[in-house]
Amino acid sequence: MTKKTKKGKISTQSESGLIDITRKKFRWSDYLAEKVIKGTAFLSITIIVLIFVFVFRESVPIFSTAKAPAQTEIHSDANQQQETYGEVTDQPAAPEVQETYGEVTDSSEHAETTDESYTVSAGSGHDDNQTALKTLLTKDWVPVSEKPRYGILALLVGTFKITFISILFAAPLAILAALYTASFASRRVKEIIKPTIELLAGFPSVVIGFFALMVLATFLQDVFHYDTRLNSFVGGIAMGIAAIPIIFTITEDALTAVPKSFYEASLALGASKWQTAFFVILPAATPGIFAAVLLGIGRVFGETMIALMATGNAAQMGLNPFESVRTLAATIGAEMAEVVFGDTHYNVLFLIGSLLFIFTFVINAIAEFYVKGKLMKRIQGK
Amino acid sequence: MAIEKIHTENLFLHYSSKMALNNISISIPEKKITAFIGPSGCGKSTFLRSLNRMNDLIDGVKIEGKIFIDHINIYDKNIDVVTLRKKVGMVFQKSNPFAKSIFENVAYGPRINGINDKKHLDEIVETALINAAIWDEVKDRLGDSALALSGGQQQRLCIARTLAVNPEIVLMDEPASALDPLSTSKIEELIVELKEKYTIVIVTHNMQQAARISDLTAFFYLGELIEFDKTKKIFTNPEKKQTEDYITGRFG
Ligand SMILES: Nc1ncnc2c1ncn2[C@@H]1O[C@H](COP(=O)(O)OP(=O)(O)O)[C@@H](O)[C@H]1O
Ligand SMILES: [Mg+2]
Repeated sequence: MTKKTKKGKISTQSESGLIDITRKKFRWSDYLAEKVIKGTAFLSITIIVLIFVFVFRESVPIFSTAKAPAQTEIHSDANQQQETYGEVTDQPAAPEVQETYGEVTDSSEHAETTDESYTVSAGSGHDDNQTALKTLLTKDWVPVSEKPRYGILALLVGTFKITFISILFAAPLAILAALYTASFASRRVKEIIKPTIELLAGFPSVVIGFFALMVLATFLQDVFHYDTRLNSFVGGIAMGIAAIPIIFTITEDALTAVPKSFYEASLALGASKWQTAFFVILPAATPGIFAAVLLGIGRVFGETMIALMATGNAAQMGLNPFESVRTLAATIGAEMAEVVFGDTHYNVLFLIGSLLFIFTFVINAIAEFYVKGKLMKRIQGK
Repeated sequence: MAIEKIHTENLFLHYSSKMALNNISISIPEKKITAFIGPSGCGKSTFLRSLNRMNDLIDGVKIEGKIFIDHINIYDKNIDVVTLRKKVGMVFQKSNPFAKSIFENVAYGPRINGINDKKHLDEIVETALINAAIWDEVKDRLGDSALALSGGQQQRLCIARTLAVNPEIVLMDEPASALDPLSTSKIEELIVELKEKYTIVIVTHNMQQAARISDLTAFFYLGELIEFDKTKKIFTNPEKKQTEDYITGRFG
C-alpha cells in the first residue's frame, strides 16, 4: 500500500524531470493496424472454410436416403438420349459407344454384380442416390448411362498411381538439383539456377499439358514402345515437371537453413565437399525435404489440366504404368460443366471434390506441423 | 626448444581489400600448448584458420608467404587439402555438433575415412570420448541426440570428434569462451592432458587461461605478431611495451 502511494507521488511529479510510465496511452494507429490485419487473416480463413462447406454440402444428398422425386425424373429424362462420356473425342454419335469406362480389362462377373445391385435399388423407388452410394466403392465410373454407376475406385487408383509416378520422377531430380545449388554452385550459378527453376512454378499447367500431349507423349512412346499413347506414365512425367519447382524451392531452403557450422565442422574433419553434402547437410535437412515432397504430392494430386490432357482419361484399375488412367481432379474438370445441376452425378462430383480437399489439406497439415517441429528439434536439439 | 611442427614465413593475409595478417613469422613446437592472445579483431582466428586452410572457404581471401607443417608448405599446389585437415584438426569457438546421435558425431570422421566395421568404430568412439573426458557422462546414452547435451558437454564432444580422426595438430579457437567456469576448467584440464599426444594451438581472450595452461604465448596486435616467447616470460617479463600494456590490462 505504501509503495503504491509512493509511485503515485512520483508519477504526478512530472516536473521532477523523470519519465512518466504510469499513464497508459491509447495508440490509434496500432489499434487499427492490428484489427485490420486480424480481420484480413480471419477473412481468408473463413473463405476457405466456406468453400469447403459448400463443396461438401453439395455432396451430402448421396448419403441421404430420401430424395425429391422431381430431380430424379429430370435426371432420368436426361439419360434417355445420351450416354456419351469418355469417348467425346472419338465417335460422338455411335450408339454402340455406351458405358465404355472401366470395362476394358474387366471380368464379366463383376459387371453382373453391379447390375444386380442396381436393379435392386431401382426397384426400391428410383433412388439414384442409393445407387450412387452402393456403386461408390466399385471400379466402374459410368456416370451417364441408363444404369449409371459411380465407382470411384478406379479414379482413386489412377490418381495415386500418377502421383506415385510423378513423385518418383520429380523428387530425386529436384532434391539433387537443390543439393547442387545449395552446396556446390558458385554464387553466380546459384543466382541463375534458383530463379529459373522457381519461375517454372508459375508456368501455366495447360502449357505443360500441351507440351506433354504433343511432344512428350510421342517421344516417350518412341523410346518405350508401349501401345496407348496417353497413359499414366506420360501424365506422371508431365505432372512431375509441374512438381519439380515446388520440391526444389523448399528443399533448397531447407538445405540452406542447415547451419554453416555443420559444414565447417565436417570439412575440418577432413571430409570432402560431397561427403559433407550427402552425410551432413542432407540428413540435417530431411524434415524439410520431407515437407517439400509432401507439398509436391499435394500439387500433383490436385493437378487438373495436365491430367486432362496427358493421361488418356480412361478409368482403369490396373497397375501397369503404360495404361490410360483418369484422375479425381480430371473427372471433375471434364464433367462438371456438363452435369445436370443437383443431379446425383453432380453430387458425386462434389464428393470427389471434398475428397481432394481433405486429402490435400491433410498432406499440407502434416508438412506444416509435423515437419516444423522436427526441423526445430534437429537444429536446436530441444 | 623441442622439434618444430608449424612454421610460417612472412605470412600476409587479405580479406577482399582489408589486411588481416601482416608479415607473421613464427615457429611452433611439437607436443606443446601454444596460446594466441590479443585484443579481438587482431587476427588470431584468421591466423589459426590459415593453418588448416579453412580460409579457403571464404571468398576473396588472398594469402602470401609460406606455412610449413612438418617442413611441407601447405599452400603448395600439390597439397591435398582434405588430408591436410585430417592431420590438422580444429575445434571451433561455438560448439557445433552435427544433428546426429552422440555416437554418430564421433564416428563420422572415421566413417568418411572408410572405417565401417562396427567393432572398430565402437573402439574408436570410446577411446575418443575417454580422451575428451566425456565418456562417463555419455556412455549410457550414445544414441541420444548430441544437441541435447549441455554447452560444455557439446564442446568436449566436438573435441572427441576431432580426436577420433587421429590428427597430429589440434587447433582450438576460444574453445571455452561460451562456457561456465566449471566446464571451462574441465576443458582446460583436458587440453593439458592432450598435449602428451598432440600439438595444440589455442586462441584465447582469457589471459589467465593462457597463463594457466600454455607453454608458449604469442601476442598479436592489429594483424601483427608483436611478441612470442615462453608463457612465463610473456607474463612476468615481456620485452615489448605493447605486450606489457595488454597483459596488465592497460588496453584491450
Ligand atoms: N570473413 C571475413 N571477411 C572479412 N573480414 C574479416 C573476416 N573475418 C575476419 N575479418 C576481419 O579480419 C580481422 C581479424 O579478424 P579475426 O581473425 O576474427 O580476429 P580475432 O579472432 O583476433 O578476434 C578483423 O578486423 C575482422 O573484421
Ligand atoms: Mg576470433
